[in-house]
Amino acid sequence: MSHRIARTTLTALALACVATLGHAQQGKLKVGLMLPFSGTYAALGVAIENGFRLRLEEQGGKFAGREIEFVKVDDESDPAKATDNVNKLIKRDNVDVIIGTVHSGVAMAMAKAAKESGTVLIVPNAGADAVTGPMCAQNIFRSSFSNWQPAYAMGEVSGKQGKKKAMTITWKYAAGDESVAGFKEGFEKAGGKVDKQLTVPFPNVEFQALLTEIAAAKPDVVYAFFAGGGAVKFVKDYAAAGLNKTIPLVGPGFLTDGTLEAQGESAQGMQTTLHYADGLNTPRDTAFRTAYAKSFKLQPDVYAVQGYDAAQILGIGLAAVKGDISKKAEFAAAVEKAKIDSPRGTFTMNKAHNPVQDVYLRKVEGNENKLVNIAVKNLADPARGCKL
Amino acid sequence: MDFGTFLVQCLNSVQYGLLLFLVASGLTLIFGIMGVINLAHGSFYMLGAYMAFALSPLFGDQFIVMLAVGVVLAAVFGYLLEWAFFSYLYQRDHLQQVLMTYGLILVFEELRSILVGNDVHGVKAPPWLEGSFALGNLMSYPWYRLFASAACVVLAVGLYYVVNRTRLGMMIRAGASNRDMVRGLGIDIRRLYRIVFAAGVALAALAGMIAAPMSSVYPGMGASVLIICFVVVVIGGIGSITGALVASLLVGFVDTFGKVFFAELSGMGVYVLMAIVLIWRPEGLMGRKV
Repeated sequence: MSHRIARTTLTALALACVATLGHAQQGKLKVGLMLPFSGTYAALGVAIENGFRLRLEEQGGKFAGREIEFVKVDDESDPAKATDNVNKLIKRDNVDVIIGTVHSGVAMAMAKAAKESGTVLIVPNAGADAVTGPMCAQNIFRSSFSNWQPAYAMGEVSGKQGKKKAMTITWKYAAGDESVAGFKEGFEKAGGKVDKQLTVPFPNVEFQALLTEIAAAKPDVVYAFFAGGGAVKFVKDYAAAGLNKTIPLVGPGFLTDGTLEAQGESAQGMQTTLHYADGLNTPRDTAFRTAYAKSFKLQPDVYAVQGYDAAQILGIGLAAVKGDISKKAEFAAAVEKAKIDSPRGTFTMNKAHNPVQDVYLRKVEGNENKLVNIAVKNLADPARGCKL
Repeated sequence: MDFGTFLVQCLNSVQYGLLLFLVASGLTLIFGIMGVINLAHGSFYMLGAYMAFALSPLFGDQFIVMLAVGVVLAAVFGYLLEWAFFSYLYQRDHLQQVLMTYGLILVFEELRSILVGNDVHGVKAPPWLEGSFALGNLMSYPWYRLFASAACVVLAVGLYYVVNRTRLGMMIRAGASNRDMVRGLGIDIRRLYRIVFAAGVALAALAGMIAAPMSSVYPGMGASVLIICFVVVVIGGIGSITGALVASLLVGFVDTFGKVFFAELSGMGVYVLMAIVLIWRPEGLMGRKV
């Protein structure tokens, strides 16, 4: 009897030794953070990194027992430098995973490089439809959204509100075109008709001529896609022209996210759609917001959530392969099966690895984008052009 | 397009053109008279806008006083800048001027980032200019935009008077046509240049301050205005204030109606205009023949 106990204990000990040896051989997991740490999007890059680190901290600083070593690269939101930067991470630093980035042009170059090398890439913001469309791959994931998603939801909501005639206005560039196309699809499916699509050359912010066109055409609703300074100016000009009193202005969340202080009175009451909102008031979101505020002395935003969820995706995949990231198929299979418990609400992945998520309708109240209701439940990007 | 809409679009064109003139006039002064290619001119416009952002809470509804204080500050800044940097550029070739003024852009952008951050900020219009008036039953037009146009007209007239009717203006015009002769006549050309440069900076900053409540202030706002101002200066003829005014209005009309009728190609409109003018009159509309 005692022999048997001794033998079992020994075996167990030996097994434990082998197990720890295995881990020691795996060593640290190298994570390349390729994000904007300077320039216009610097604050977004920081929020994403903070979100990622918060999740890591909650997991005791390890994913699937592996410690994380970060290699940081400032991508400067410059597509011209993107290929160089990502290749340095892959070839020189030999990272196991890349997290990035905000700018769609840069993210496209990253997706191309990741597709070639097979390195796991998790995109924590950039919404270019193509990343989880024609560029999709087993090793490419996105924790944020596709441009199509909030746009389609807004189209459907506007159509269901009984609006018949819509006009769209955007900068003439890829993200704007994708967003407007998404709105048109949702709106026309719900019975409306997009009359006219106005465009302004990027990054021109002289809108007065087109506002006059809108006033003359008198549509039932105007859908606009602008971000940053352009979003602030457009919303203010729209209100100054008195159009907000007669023709509601709607858009994806970026039209009123992080810009409300500057937009002030002119944005009040505006409705936008996004996969996150102020005042979700779920225990999950409240816990996340409290923890984030405590760790970083900052209020979290949608970018922080996306960074946090990028870390969750990595954690889920790694747990399934016990830290061995070379098992790409099992890694992907685990993420595809997972229900990701995000502060935004639980989401799953579509076949192209873009979140299937609730898109919220929000309304501007003071400096917050307050939740109104769920615009579309479990909205999946159609992943056009993806051959997975 | 019905007649009412057409009139409103004309108003839009004039209003945009006048604002462009304000920035471009400073550029054409510096470019034409001192022969310096000043890429940093857009930064002075940005400086003005951020000054409006910083000063407007202090002055409240004393908007005109704020503009005056801002202009003085900008002129002093321009005077010092000329003394510290630009005075070394006159004898150098254009490449060196471009390099240094490009360097200044980077410095100003970085300083802006350190001092104010990268957020977009709004500037409130003064209370007595808030609100708007109805233009027929079409849309309403903010009072502030009308005020901005009026301010630009006043400045254009003032500038015309100074350049064509005063002793200083005479020296400026003379300095533009023959630097050495002016120096030979015993006029302190260095001091003249310093004044012209300070005035150029002040004009750009004033344009920035006036534009701030309409356009909000944001990183990189100088770069977008710089290119279009060079177009205006080239179309109008380098160094000609009247040319800059005519060109600004032309660009205003082409840009506005281009957006309406040729949306897909509207980015090209003003450049096509520039190409046509350059083929027809290589020295610009009001430029001197070389």
